[in-house]
Amino acid sequence: MLTKRIIPCLDIKEGRTVKGVNFVDLRDAGDPVELAKIYSDEGADELVFLDITATVDKRKTLAELVGKVARTINIPFTVGGGISTIEDVKVLLNAGADKISINSSAVKNPKIINEMAKEFGSQCVVVAIDTRNVDGIDFVHTHGGRKPTILNTQSWAKEVCDRGAGEILLTSMDHDGTKAGFANEITSEISSMLTIPVIASGGAGNMEHFKDVFTFGKADAALAASIFHFKEIPIPNLKTYLEKEGVFVRK
Amino acid sequence: MQVAVIKYNAGNVQSVLFALERLGANAVLTDDIEAISKADKVIFPGQGEASTAMVYLKEKKLDKLIPSLKQPFFGVCLGQQLLCDYSEENDTTCLGVFPVKVKKFIPESYLEFKVPHVGWNNLMDLKTPLLKGLNEDSYVYYVHSFYCELSEFAIAQTHYIHDFAALMHKDNFYAMQAHPEKSGKVGERILENFLSKT
Repeated sequence: MLTKRIIPCLDIKEGRTVKGVNFVDLRDAGDPVELAKIYSDEGADELVFLDITATVDKRKTLAELVGKVARTINIPFTVGGGISTIEDVKVLLNAGADKISINSSAVKNPKIINEMAKEFGSQCVVVAIDTRNVDGIDFVHTHGGRKPTILNTQSWAKEVCDRGAGEILLTSMDHDGTKAGFANEITSEISSMLTIPVIASGGAGNMEHFKDVFTFGKADAALAASIFHFKEIPIPNLKTYLEKEGVFVRK
Repeated sequence: MQVAVIKYNAGNVQSVLFALERLGANAVLTDDIEAISKADKVIFPGQGEASTAMVYLKEKKLDKLIPSLKQPFFGVCLGQQLLCDYSEENDTTCLGVFPVKVKKFIPESYLEFKVPHVGWNNLMDLKTPLLKGLNEDSYVYYVHSFYCELSEFAIAQTHYIHDFAALMHKDNFYAMQAHPEKSGKVGERILENFLSKT
């Protein structure tokens, strides 16, 4: 039986893990390689590294970090943040990343999804979508959720799927950092609409929120950061809870 | 012991090399016929599209070499599919080690089953020493849209939409659809079992 995936997300800045509350006020939560190893040993199903460094030599630093992580852990991991070209992807995959995630660059140049899927296979192309509800309509936002676009979230999700994305990472900017639960409604809507898996992100505050996003939200995977980094919810406890609640998880 | 990891145009093999490194194996990435022939063990990884991969294998004459090899050989993911007779992926004739067909997942409803099959799923009906130490609670990591049909060569199966061949064995050839290099301790054990074959 295919299990629901629990995915800790590590925000990376200059080689260190950080996590913002509503994407500002960064707090330092440790060494990414060490954290990755701990999560992998605790039973995380996958990891996501999101690079938020904005300097010129970020590529090299990131590729080095990816190499260290791939040497150390034996579960799949995705790398995102500022990836816009085929060459960017090549460097990260060669360093040992399993998948890459693109966001703003896909909005700016949707064809890049087709090109990356053709070059590397859909299985390694994750398209991240940051969404915010404005007066009852869901709009795609870019630049860490700060910049609104005219794209409707549901139609954009359908388009990236048609262009060859392998998975969608859907973050509700209205829920991110609130710890009040995932955006189950839009997650369910998008997951039901698409033939590819949807990873839900933003709003995890307790174990029940994970159960809800896997059941009501129809998510294939759920991603969270600070509740894992600050050990508010240990992954083994979360999996025991989900199993008891009838959600299939890998133990 | 020298392990040859076959180099071709099918995805990122860095993770396989790192996994072998963690197990202390001496592995080399190569498409050289002599190096592959002389290796004690051969691993044939891969992720990508079947017809493009076959074109490359033919160019390098690896399509003739691979079926003739006598040492323990392990095809992983696309590597498993390419060892079969035929793949529905772009109507491709493959290497023909396993008289098995590779088919595309077609769910009755995408509401219940997404394609590709992505994530951790368990092994069932485990046979042979390659799976020593594992049981039906053993989960492995899958990412694929095509699968090998069940046959007498299946040594484990997984259920997604229907049962399919998770691992196969024939003579010196072993094959696995999931990624052992990304399957935590379970994958590590399968690689270890393979490396200890004589």
